[in-house]
Amino acid sequence: MYPTEIDYHRASSIAEAIELLSQNDDAKLLAGGHSLIPAMKLRLAQPGLLIDISHLEELKSIFVSGDKISIGALATHAQIAASADVQSYAPALASAAGIVGDQQVRNWGTIGGNLAHADPASDPPTVVLAYDGVIHIQGQSGSRSVNAQDFFVDLFATALEPGEIITRIELSNSSSAKSAYVKLSHPASRYAVVGVCAVLEMNGSTCTSARVAVGGATMKAVRSPGAESVLTGSSLDDSALNAAAAAVKSDIEEFLIGDMSYPEDYRQAMAGVYLKRAVHAALGS
Amino acid sequence: MATAVVGSRIKRREDPRLITGEAKYLEDIKLPGLAYAAILRSPYAHANIKSINIDKAKALPGVLGVFTGKDFADVNPLPCAWQAGGVQNNANTPRILEIDKVTFTGAGVAVVVAEDRYTAEDALELIEVDWEPLPVVVDAYKATQPGAPQLHENAPNNVCMEWTVGDQSAVDQALHSADIVVKQHILNQRLIPTPMEPRGCIAQYLAATGEYTIWMTSQAPHVMRLLITAFVFGIPETKVRVISPQIGGGFGAKIFLYPEYCLMPALSKKLGRPVRWMETRSENYISTTHGRDHITDIEVGAKRDGTITSLKVNTYANLGGVLSTIAPGIPTTLYGRMLSGAYKIPNIFCRVFGVYTNTGMVDAYRGAGRPEATYVVERAVDLVARELNMDPVEVRRKNFIQPEDFPYDPIILRGLKYDSGDYDKALDRALEMLDYANFRKEQAEARQQGRYLGVGFSTYIEICGVAPSAWIGLPGEGWGAALWESANVRVHLTGKVVVTTGSQTHGQGHETSVSQVVAGELGIAVEDVTVQHSDTLGTPFGYGTYGSRSTAVGTVAVYNSLQKIKEKAKALGAHMLEAAVEDVVFQDGKVHVKGAPDRAKTIQEIAGAAALAYSLPQGMEPFLDDTTYYDPPNCTYPFGTHICVVEVDPSTGSIEIKRYIAVDDVGNVINPMIVEGQVHGGIAQGVAQALWEAAVYDENGQLITGSLMDYALPRADFFPPFELDRTETPTPVNPLGVKGAGETGTIAATPAVVNAVVDALSPLGIKHLDMPLGADKIWRVIQEHTNGV
Repeated sequence: MYPTEIDYHRASSIAEAIELLSQNDDAKLLAGGHSLIPAMKLRLAQPGLLIDISHLEELKSIFVSGDKISIGALATHAQIAASADVQSYAPALASAAGIVGDQQVRNWGTIGGNLAHADPASDPPTVVLAYDGVIHIQGQSGSRSVNAQDFFVDLFATALEPGEIITRIELSNSSSAKSAYVKLSHPASRYAVVGVCAVLEMNGSTCTSARVAVGGATMKAVRSPGAESVLTGSSLDDSALNAAAAAVKSDIEEFLIGDMSYPEDYRQAMAGVYLKRAVHAALGS
Repeated sequence: MATAVVGSRIKRREDPRLITGEAKYLEDIKLPGLAYAAILRSPYAHANIKSINIDKAKALPGVLGVFTGKDFADVNPLPCAWQAGGVQNNANTPRILEIDKVTFTGAGVAVVVAEDRYTAEDALELIEVDWEPLPVVVDAYKATQPGAPQLHENAPNNVCMEWTVGDQSAVDQALHSADIVVKQHILNQRLIPTPMEPRGCIAQYLAATGEYTIWMTSQAPHVMRLLITAFVFGIPETKVRVISPQIGGGFGAKIFLYPEYCLMPALSKKLGRPVRWMETRSENYISTTHGRDHITDIEVGAKRDGTITSLKVNTYANLGGVLSTIAPGIPTTLYGRMLSGAYKIPNIFCRVFGVYTNTGMVDAYRGAGRPEATYVVERAVDLVARELNMDPVEVRRKNFIQPEDFPYDPIILRGLKYDSGDYDKALDRALEMLDYANFRKEQAEARQQGRYLGVGFSTYIEICGVAPSAWIGLPGEGWGAALWESANVRVHLTGKVVVTTGSQTHGQGHETSVSQVVAGELGIAVEDVTVQHSDTLGTPFGYGTYGSRSTAVGTVAVYNSLQKIKEKAKALGAHMLEAAVEDVVFQDGKVHVKGAPDRAKTIQEIAGAAALAYSLPQGMEPFLDDTTYYDPPNCTYPFGTHICVVEVDPSTGSIEIKRYIAVDDVGNVINPMIVEGQVHGGIAQGVAQALWEAAVYDENGQLITGSLMDYALPRADFFPPFELDRTETPTPVNPLGVKGAGETGTIAATPAVVNAVVDALSPLGIKHLDMPLGADKIWRVIQEHTNGV
């Protein structure tokens, strides 16, 4: 409840924030603050400097450009949930953003902060990964972009280098796809015990392309190539779904995490169950 | 009709200030020169303190003082005010800061006072403690076994007390001759009360007068003053004023005297500054009391026709590392004596071991003993029904105490008798709401489809308004004081009424319900009544608010004073009307001549005349003012039927509550909306124990569920809309006919849910499941019983 003493600087630009971040080893960016500040209150995080970027307007916008939708790192979960563009281009992201935390968290928490924090139980990483998102990053040496698949490295660890800031998240237009994110929520935290996102391109009743990502059960959001290959070309019937569920359980084996209430084997089994539910939810069946 | 105000759903008078944020909680109190305390708590569950170095902490700028237990070696340990009656209690209680050793994670060992809380927290990190960690035991049964770590020299095998009720040999004989005997091991897990507002205390000592003012988050300010002065500091009671400001919920955890409530005044005296400590949620979880935590074995005997003949119960009650204020009374008087439930069980025997373990203190938590007893009894009835392949409703009816049996003596209540009841009536109504016959058809169809649909019943009774003092007190049940309640009623010159009560209100709506009783009796507007409470200055002594006692005891004191005021008003009214007192009546706020309602004086006119005293009858004192100390002749015994319908998802183990029906009988009702609010919250808490809440310590005595990220409190969207109704069987114990409604939901709900889940899974052969029924546990059970299908 009572953080240690901190310096605070309100950055006037992305460049200034990057400059300060590079110069101070113990600096942290403050966006929504809904992961950082609770950790500071418990003194689990003790940054010496907070660089406030929460007011940088250029990082807040959501817009469509060509066949991509671009979401600013400072877009809040509530903003994403309510965005007509996100609802149309990446509907599962809109619905996932609408169930992150509670209303206060959604009003303050940002997608950039969320992805950078890389909490394995958080919802957005799984969804961004299933949409094959690209993370745009800026640092002292310029800009670069990283595929979501490469961005999530480990438990609370990403491909971000020191001094780098996420500026935007870009997703391909998936408005023709059927997609859904479903999760088993922890009754206390409402974080995902397991969360599964399925993005399915359909030709009639045949699935022509499937992307499946799992979080919550795993140390980081991971794709399930096995499930994707089983589903692709199938009619998503029960036998395909059972095979996909078995594949997803196998694919996440090496990444599993667990705790007292929800051990690894339970989460692994639930990944299979929730994969089926994600497909059903995507198809509206 | 003015009197109809009693029984009406008027909105709570407390709510505008709470909703608009004008209510002043402890955290809102700012005093000139206020200093801030932070407490260093033991990171070990069991350890000796070899030394503490405070030099660096003291040197931090902004720090006003750093103290350890040695600085308060002359202060008495806190008292244990309710020891189990009739047996030896090997009592060990907290000191305001521990000196030599700690027996649970979270025990306070040092304190920093600084100009602000941040500095105080920084200084805590500079205190160096040389700990000698000791072996740890957290399980109440294991703690009693040979070779277990010993927590206290005076408590061999960590047993604080061994208490029994009933005739063991008669029960053994009855079990022996029973047609069937069902045995079951039953866990009632530890819970964390979690009021929205944690605890806190501000103390201000004035050297010139030697007086302390202490603001604290307390459900019992008068009792706190008594314990602090007479037992801890050994100073006159008159030197301390205790104020409970607006309290953000308690659920029992704010009944007790805690070390900080004595430490803050001691610090204020040392430093000459007012000192404040406010608990964080993390501190609350490790240092404020927990509830429940029983390990129980039962044997229940019955005849083939479902008649229960005997119940034998053996319980290890975890009391934590040291005793909280009334810890031993909860698993004895309020548990063992309630094991007959709503049933005629001729032979009951219960043995309770109160056990020390390296865990946080355990004391009363909403329901306090009765939820544990009800859980045992309602599970036992279901186990009998299952064994005999009978409908659990039928077994309940077969064993119910009947309306003509009241007052009913369950023997184990040591002379007290159940007051009144019609248990079938509440059950009938609840079954009607459920459409029971139809439900069983639906269930059979669901089972055909491989769905797990279940229904659970809880036909509970409980005990409220615990009294009388002579029964509960030291020579009887061991309660270290009395349990009457007090009230003063004054009708001012203007006709406005001020009630002062020794009760405390922290969410119960007393300001509203008491006003309704006053308005109803005197025939005045609710708005013309002010209820003052929670400050030892200006209110008569009272024992505080817990055990659903404030209406059944406290408001009856108000009612009795109102009768005396009405008598005096009649006498004065008759005098004013120049009539004989026998010829007037008090009705609808007026005294009028019998048969001539126009010849009347209003209560306002009479109050004015009484206050002005220009013309009073011979010998009458001025003013309408009366004080009552009411010690009830018996407790009250609310009852009812709760029904829960669940469906278990076999693929995940998740449980959906499909319906929740509650028909409660709390006697007469003053404000149905307040009662419904109590029932709603109670059900949520009771269901939460069945499905989600569990305080878990690891083998090192660390609380794993130490935050709201891990400890699953119920949320509104976990529940369907509750379907509520009531029957009203007034109690003959008090003139209001009220029983008490604060805890019925918590007491009733838990077994209703567990019985429902067991019913749902009964096709798999499941007979019992221990709480909480989390998804992982249920999934595993289903996997095991279906061979992983």
